[in-house]
Amino acid sequence: MDNKITNILIVGVGGQGIIMVSEIMADVFLEAGFDVKKSEVHGMAQRGGSVSTHVRFGPKVFSPLIKEGEVDIFMAFEELEALRYLHYLGPKPTILLNRQRLNPPAVSLGNEAYPEGAAEILSRRAEKFKGIPARDLALQVGDVRAVNIVLLGALQPFLPISEKIWTENILSRFPAQAQKVNLEAFELGRSA
Amino acid sequence: MNEKRILLSGNEAVARGAYESGVKVAAAYPGTPSTEILENIRAYKGIYGEWSPNEKVALEMGMGAAFAGARALVAMKHVGVNVAADPLFTMSYTGLRGGLVLVTADDPEMHSSQNEQDSRNYAKFAKVPMLEPSDSQEAKDFTGLALELSERFDTPVMLRSTTRISHSKSIVLLKEPAEQTAEPKLVKDPLKFVMLPGNARKRHPVVEKRMEDLSRFAETFPENRIEWGENKIGIITSGISYQYAKEVKPEASYLKLGMVYPLPQELIRSFASRVEKLFVVEDLDPFIEEQVRAMGIAITGKAAFPLCGELTPALVAKGLKGFSPLPVDEISRNLPARPPIMCPGCPHRGIFSILSKMKLYVTGDIGCYTLGFLPPLSAIDTCVCMGASIGNALGLDKALGKEALGKVVAVIGDSTFLHSGITGLLDMAYNKGAVTLIILDNHTTAMTGRQDHPGTGFTLRGEEAFKVDLVKLAKALGVKHVKVVNPYQLAATERVIKREVKRPEPSVIISQAPCVLSRRERVVTGKPFFINSELCTGCRACLRLGCPAIMWVKENENEDGGKKRKGRALIDHFLCNGCTLCEQVCKFSAIKETNGQ
Repeated sequence: MDNKITNILIVGVGGQGIIMVSEIMADVFLEAGFDVKKSEVHGMAQRGGSVSTHVRFGPKVFSPLIKEGEVDIFMAFEELEALRYLHYLGPKPTILLNRQRLNPPAVSLGNEAYPEGAAEILSRRAEKFKGIPARDLALQVGDVRAVNIVLLGALQPFLPISEKIWTENILSRFPAQAQKVNLEAFELGRSA
Repeated sequence: MNEKRILLSGNEAVARGAYESGVKVAAAYPGTPSTEILENIRAYKGIYGEWSPNEKVALEMGMGAAFAGARALVAMKHVGVNVAADPLFTMSYTGLRGGLVLVTADDPEMHSSQNEQDSRNYAKFAKVPMLEPSDSQEAKDFTGLALELSERFDTPVMLRSTTRISHSKSIVLLKEPAEQTAEPKLVKDPLKFVMLPGNARKRHPVVEKRMEDLSRFAETFPENRIEWGENKIGIITSGISYQYAKEVKPEASYLKLGMVYPLPQELIRSFASRVEKLFVVEDLDPFIEEQVRAMGIAITGKAAFPLCGELTPALVAKGLKGFSPLPVDEISRNLPARPPIMCPGCPHRGIFSILSKMKLYVTGDIGCYTLGFLPPLSAIDTCVCMGASIGNALGLDKALGKEALGKVVAVIGDSTFLHSGITGLLDMAYNKGAVTLIILDNHTTAMTGRQDHPGTGFTLRGEEAFKVDLVKLAKALGVKHVKVVNPYQLAATERVIKREVKRPEPSVIISQAPCVLSRRERVVTGKPFFINSELCTGCRACLRLGCPAIMWVKENENEDGGKKRKGRALIDHFLCNGCTLCEQVCKFSAIKETNGQ
């Protein structure tokens, strides 16, 4: 590794399992020998609001927050939320987009339109872009909650950390009966 | 050596620090961003931890433990310090026997708060020292240091966190707990602990002398440290701001303050004299800046950094470098907002849909139900602080007299009511307010993540406890008319509310139904409902409930000849919890429970 910090921004909607994904990532980066910081906001965010979590790793990390314009890896769990954080993108970002739409209240009420073209906008700005139907893949392994682990699997090939460290961490977080589903979700995400 | 490096949040680290430094008693009332401190204390068997009814009681009981010579930790969010301010100011006079650390978690940017007061002012105001950690390692270490200083200088010590410390994770080196601290015992010392004027007059000079001693101590306190870099720019900073500044200006010289009150004046003078331009980077108030200015030293602070909101690396870069690199994006700026919202199946929704329909003036309080403010419910007219709903409604009643009758209602959650609503209700009963109070009893402290309180029947450790009977309590306070309603039964609940708000006497309605996220109880079925698109007229009555599971689908008016609707409602089966409210408000019987299809 060169002497550089990797900045990962994860965004989506409260309840999508974003915090767990960021917990796994942070532990994995620590395990791989890096300094790590991550930051998120709890509280109101639990109630279906917009959520963002910053994860940074490298030789020495000061700020837990990423500076706007410096995100290296952008993981968006929801299309509209992906567009909300465009100003955070660095010059050559890797972007993973979950192809899922969740209507915010004003759209549900029919007062505002859901923005179109998230995937096109993001793929134009990305150096590497991957759109992932994570919800379909999660349903394929039999648990819609595994959307977050599918996306984590999709991230793995972009980072210099062995698959084993990831899967061991995932196994440590789930009770026995949920381990198989989540490992399958991770694997499906990896090959997505 | 049994040392282990793990990732901890600032709050987890404070709890670990309490464990490693022999804390015996810990107390808190939940409040974002401080809640997880006590939730994590729970794991350490040697510490008695409790959810107190409010922050004042928490601090008073922590103080009692320290009077016995035990080490105590009391945690709260910034506005909790307002509630606990009364004991805090006089505890500064009494001092303690065991160490006491008061952790306050400030919320710059108001991620989940009603104001962004800067707790450092309390340290100065109450004349107590304050430490401020910059990451989780320091959050743990400073908790122990605070307890040592507390005992050494016979003073409570404040530890200030902020959202970005409390809710960020960084690497912490764990240690085993230190050798056991002194055994608590009863020791009478009335001249020190009985703050009658005669005794307190003798204690005040002790406080002033202590602050002088602490100021001298601050000069050599190792956590007030200089990191020399270039001498062109010198930065005085503390807390999370230190990390942002190091991130964007690593080459500068730093005076990093671990103790933000009292300040090390000689150290500041010597640092200032050796750099060309001096900055202070601090969240919220110009607390350090004003004190440095008062020393006659030129310094740039709030002229370069915002007074409102939290600092970020970009804002610190802008302030230090003097130009604006803040990127903006037109697409990002023009998106529909996604505010937090009451959950599908939330028991508060029914009450607010009725209050909204009745167009009442609703004095609100602090909790999930404050979200009743948002459209389409738009049914909260005031929200100030814990317990304010009742006093506010009583004041409206006394100012407006008969004009207010039938138009004003107060709403408060069960946890908030027990925190600081009881005295408000006592006032209402005692002074004959013609006010109706609705207690939204969802059997938990929902907004902060479902903590127990005296009305749930369980303690912090999950042990069974006496469960306050809200009906009996309201009656004991002097309210004659107390009704219990089921908020999932809209028509019956509406009848009760209509009758009670017109009553020219104090009355209480208790809306009883567990939080839909409760792990203990469940009353909604979870079976989703569906909307028959043939029967839906597009009247939007269900949409006015503001349920995230119901959405509007636009239709072309010209298609399907005869029908004039502009669109129809649709239920997201994954989100619907089967609470039946939409079924109840639909006049066209278009909404039904799914029958296995």
